[in-house]
Amino acid sequence: MVDTTQMTVSDEVAISIEKMNKWYGQFHVLRDIDLTVYRGERIVIAGPSGSGKSTLIRCINALEEHQAGKIVVDGVHLTSDLKNIDAIRSEVGMCFQHFNLFPHLTILENCTLAPIWVRKIPKRQAEETAMHFLEKVKIPDQAHKYPGQLSGGQQQRVAIARSLCMKPRIMLFDEPTSALDPEMIKEVLDTMVELAEEGMTMLCVTHEMGFARQVANRVIFMDQGQIVEQNEPEEFFNNPQSERTKLFLSQILGH
Amino acid sequence: MSDTHSQLAFVRTEMLAQKEPPAKDKGAVKWVRTNLFSSWSNTILTLVAFYVIVKLIVSAGPWFANGLWDTNSLSECRAILDGARGACFSVLSERWQQLLFGIAYPSDQYWRPTLAFVIMLVAAAPVLFVKLPRILLVVTGLFPFVAYWLLWGGTFLTPLVSLIGVIAGYYAFKNVERFGFVLGLGAGVIVAAIVWKIGGALTASMDDVLALRAVASRDMGGYMLNMMLGVVCISLSLPIGIMLALGRQSHMPIIKGISVVFIEFIRGVPLITLLFVASVVLAYFFPPETNMDLILRVIIMITMFSSAYIAEVIRGGLAALPKGQYEAADSLGLDYAQAMRLIILPQALKISIPGIVNVAVGLFKDTTLVSVISMFDLVGMIRGPILASTEWNGVYWELYGFAALLFFVTCYSISQYSQWLERQLRTDHR
Ligand SMILES: Nc1ncnc2c1ncn2[C@@H]1O[C@H](COP(=O)(O)OP(=O)(O)OP(=O)(O)O)[C@@H](O)[C@H]1O
Ligand SMILES: [Mg+2]
Repeated sequence: MVDTTQMTVSDEVAISIEKMNKWYGQFHVLRDIDLTVYRGERIVIAGPSGSGKSTLIRCINALEEHQAGKIVVDGVHLTSDLKNIDAIRSEVGMCFQHFNLFPHLTILENCTLAPIWVRKIPKRQAEETAMHFLEKVKIPDQAHKYPGQLSGGQQQRVAIARSLCMKPRIMLFDEPTSALDPEMIKEVLDTMVELAEEGMTMLCVTHEMGFARQVANRVIFMDQGQIVEQNEPEEFFNNPQSERTKLFLSQILGH
Repeated sequence: MSDTHSQLAFVRTEMLAQKEPPAKDKGAVKWVRTNLFSSWSNTILTLVAFYVIVKLIVSAGPWFANGLWDTNSLSECRAILDGARGACFSVLSERWQQLLFGIAYPSDQYWRPTLAFVIMLVAAAPVLFVKLPRILLVVTGLFPFVAYWLLWGGTFLTPLVSLIGVIAGYYAFKNVERFGFVLGLGAGVIVAAIVWKIGGALTASMDDVLALRAVASRDMGGYMLNMMLGVVCISLSLPIGIMLALGRQSHMPIIKGISVVFIEFIRGVPLITLLFVASVVLAYFFPPETNMDLILRVIIMITMFSSAYIAEVIRGGLAALPKGQYEAADSLGLDYAQAMRLIILPQALKISIPGIVNVAVGLFKDTTLVSVISMFDLVGMIRGPILASTEWNGVYWELYGFAALLFFVTCYSISQYSQWLERQLRTDHR
């Protein structure tokens, strides 16, 4: 068990979201979202399917555009200005449910591409960094293979390493383990736990409640595009306040 | 251990070694049996096909074997053959220069297109084979200018000035690019235009510096003309097609609109109409003194035509990519140009290779349509000067067979190359 007290949360704001709203056409996906994330926080976002979890974290790095409200990431105000968007994206790493590795590039090239082209780091140095992070996710020996030759768990760890190579200050995860077999889930979660221990600011959409209990310092429950409840994991699981939360927890924990 | 369990429990004590497959499952006998005589219907088909092949060889064999290579006219061929079956290949040996270079290209200058062809092979190599040393790309970059000089002749200063203009424009673009892509492009074009203007004025009076005998466009012909049109149009229509495909996906309504209208209009018009437009109508749109070169006009038309098709092929490739690839590129902070160049296009183009090659092969064969607007390409030469001559009037099989063979060899090579390339690029291990 990780000792959560050692993972410090500073009072510096990493992400601040105020009265954020988003629509898909007529459909109101996100409604009045208010959320402040402090540096070093590990936040798990849970909620039923279609509640807008993915949409919320995709708004944070502007993969989706929000129509009303304010998002400030790392002090940069997220507007439709492309400069701001690029600045934020290179500070925020993102891991997807389906990994989205680049199949035409080797593992190493996947990891060095963005540092070389976005950060303008020399190739040699980018490769050293990449090998460092590939070692960290425990697959340095696969560096010269192509993504299609790796197992799902390995691919997801490469995806994490690829994000880390950009030295992001914030990591977003969108159900990183839900496309994986049970034995691979653990290897990916282990990597994420390690990341949390190092003090990375993390927002993670996941249904792995064990992970939430272990590393999260805050659990957010969403339903119908709104934040219904948020609390420390102990309180959240043992003493949920809202009826929706109780129902949701009984459904995913109660078997 | 109890008796009831002994029937179900099983533990392997030694592992089985690998064995050879049974003899009837391998070798030539098996191949013949499964592929030629696996059933009654298959056996009948095999026998029929065998009969047809033998019949073909028996009838066409003597035609080739009795072929004559050194007579001076068809009537002479007929006299020698004296009623026997036999081809009159002499038309090829007597007229091969016209078939390859056209009727009016000066015969003491044939080395020029030949040399240009050889340089083209060298220039194409580093583009086609990524493993070759990158320094060869210098040849590729210089090739258009050298080839122009070799084919059309005139002073070397003309292509030299255009080359310097291109280089200057490129540097201007590179230096201004960081203020914005469009600004960079504008600066590049302006600088290049200035260099061409000044260079043109400076060299106007130096017509015979390093000069080759000038050859007019209307004197180009034969297979050389097909090659010129094919190579230029394919290499131009690929980048234009990519831009049109990206333009069609663009979020900017004007760019999207232009691309859609262009593609849909060009695809809706027969190529032959466009060629007539090039040969007749286009002249009305320009002031009479400009007198744009006919080959240039034809190149523009064929390029527009095939780039519209290539754009649609590439659009298919773009659509086949999962949305996640775009999102991953975006989330890493790559800008639009980088995402397209490094992530999206390499994959989309790979998917599109068969379609692009299909268009390229079709385009290459369509270059023979210029014979309809009285240009003497390979087919134009055969239809016109050669078949119309008193000596060779009536030699159809040999001439058209030769034309077919030349086109087949070229197109088949393109097809083989593309299949090789597809295997090289297969990294997804599906
Ligand atoms: N591109 C889109 N266009 C229209 N509606 C969309 C689009 N993407 C998502 N939605 C809708 O928005 C809602 C929220 O979607 P979102 O993907 O954020 O849900 P989620 O909480 O991540 O669900 P899951 O757990 O299934 O991933 C859903 O009702 C979905 O149907
Ligand atoms: Mg989701």
